[in-house]
Amino acid sequence: MVMAGQRRPMGPGQAGFWRSRQGLLVLPPLIFYLLVYIYPLSRLWAWSFFDQHFTLEFYRELFDEPAYFKALTNTLEISFLAAALSLMLGYPMAYLMATTSPRARNVLMAFVLIPFWTSILVRTFAWIVILGKNGLVNHLLGRLGLIDEPAKLLFNMTSVQIGMVHVLLPFMVFPLYGVMSRIDPSLVRVARSLGASPRRAFLRVFLPLSLPGIGAGCVITFLLAVGFYVTPALLGGQGEITLVMLIDMMVNTLLNWGLAATLGIVLLVVVGIIFAVFSSLLGVERVTGK
Amino acid sequence: MSGANAGKWLVLERVTKRYSNFLAVDGIDLELRNGEFLTILGPSGSGKTTTLMMVAGFTPPTSGSILMNGRSIAGLAPERRNIGVVFQNYALFPHMSVAENVAFPLKMRSETRSITSERVARALDMVQLGGLGGRLPRQLSGGQQQRVALARALVFGPDLLLMDEPLGALDKNLREQMQFELKRLHVNLGITVLYVTHDQEEALTMADRVALMNRGRIEQIGPAETLYERPANRFVAEFVGESNILSGVLEPTHEAGRAWFVPARGPRFLVSLDRSETPPGEDCLLVVRPEKLSLGPAADAGDEGLRGRVTQLVYVGDFTRYRVELDGGLVLTLKRPNSTRSFRPAEGEAVRLFLDPDDVCILRDRKGERT
Repeated sequence: MVMAGQRRPMGPGQAGFWRSRQGLLVLPPLIFYLLVYIYPLSRLWAWSFFDQHFTLEFYRELFDEPAYFKALTNTLEISFLAAALSLMLGYPMAYLMATTSPRARNVLMAFVLIPFWTSILVRTFAWIVILGKNGLVNHLLGRLGLIDEPAKLLFNMTSVQIGMVHVLLPFMVFPLYGVMSRIDPSLVRVARSLGASPRRAFLRVFLPLSLPGIGAGCVITFLLAVGFYVTPALLGGQGEITLVMLIDMMVNTLLNWGLAATLGIVLLVVVGIIFAVFSSLLGVERVTGK
Repeated sequence: MSGANAGKWLVLERVTKRYSNFLAVDGIDLELRNGEFLTILGPSGSGKTTTLMMVAGFTPPTSGSILMNGRSIAGLAPERRNIGVVFQNYALFPHMSVAENVAFPLKMRSETRSITSERVARALDMVQLGGLGGRLPRQLSGGQQQRVALARALVFGPDLLLMDEPLGALDKNLREQMQFELKRLHVNLGITVLYVTHDQEEALTMADRVALMNRGRIEQIGPAETLYERPANRFVAEFVGESNILSGVLEPTHEAGRAWFVPARGPRFLVSLDRSETPPGEDCLLVVRPEKLSLGPAADAGDEGLRGRVTQLVYVGDFTRYRVELDGGLVLTLKRPNSTRSFRPAEGEAVRLFLDPDDVCILRDRKGERT
């Protein structure tokens, strides 16, 4: 029971929150973000418009050179595909985790977590060894007589997707599992008793209720994939150059900070638009889990 | 099937559910007549919910058979049993409106749109929720959600209604109101109901018959009155209502149908053997309900009654609970109504305790056996 005059924590929606002392809890992260995110970002934004004085030169260069546009579509294509593949692989996994016995769940959880603890760089190099011309996969396929000469598995979209999905899968599985584990199992049971076959009970009850997890998982994996550097850089070929790799080249090799900043801003805007569209399709509350 | 099962809507025969490390349901037999309201009452872990889940088809029995209207439903998936189920947590689909929830079973049966909307409206009216069809479940109170769950479980005309502690999450007043309403619906619809609860008051007030379960077995089955007045064993006597349970021996007397009950300590008294299954001379248990005992002043002439002293007194509003210690140390609990005229002794006062020989139940003392 709530006693009269009892102090309760206030939420940001309540009047007085920002004036209360609880509002101060927001201050440290706010300062941190201002220093390491908002400030550099605004500088970046400024660089993209200034070369001695105000100019749109960088943006013009960007749209004139098809290689930059190609890198942007590459980035989006790789990210979409990686998010979609993660969903396809992650959904059954999360479903199993949410519906099985606690003991089996712990084992599955370990399967998802252990690779998660290994360095991305190490894992990416491991894929080079596994997928290479004389690697494990080609060796195995050759021994089985399925192929006559080594298949080209490395430095193309296949290897990029294998490497990225491998890294991204936990980020898909955890939001999905989080939402699914909160779905009351008696809902599916009651659907069955009301006349739904297992398939219809899943499609009409479980799947719609797991949508927030799908939304959250897709947004997280897509956004992570857009900013991915190591895996596409090491496992991709000429056709898989992403915007992030281009930015790295601008800064480290060509020392063209203005163009690098412009590419960064374009990427940010495009991702922002995609996120906005996705949120309005699914409802923001679903993506943020509220 | 066999003619012996005619008129018996649901029959459970030697139904057992064994999990790897324990026996949840231990070979129970149960029969429900068409239109009957039967409640399975029992403490948690007694196997009552497991029994319900086996009837619903969510849990396969390890052995035994379940017949509905004479036909075995062992191999039938839950969606093909045509049984309505109401869970304690309501289990309403949160992403569907009230009307969509109630329409769900009709949709699964591919009913036409017009029939569906008409039957949904009728079902919602039946539970007094007409006009709330557009709401989402979370916009309703607990009692209203319970009604939606009930409407959804009844709208498709099930052959049997299963309810698993459906009123457990409601507060006391609402629970009593819903008990009344469930009873009314049962009478109006004439549907067969299998109801599970751990609340004995709920079981006693609503059911035609009560099956008391304990450790996977049915201890006693019968009308509420039988369970209360003639408990079959110590567990029933202790679980249903309050009881004074005394152990002692029966000694023969010259009066026909009567015997002396000699408790381990304290004075002997006459009891009726009408409700006794124990021959004189054997160890037995005597069960007497607290409200069947009465008190009188110690100073009265004559030597009827048993002499004792009030050791504790608790005022509970409509009645007072007394603890009376008889000469010899035997302690009995009494419940007496608080009417102005009645004898109301104070704490420490000497009293006489009266016990009608017909108000007791004599049980076999099964010390070594499981209760």
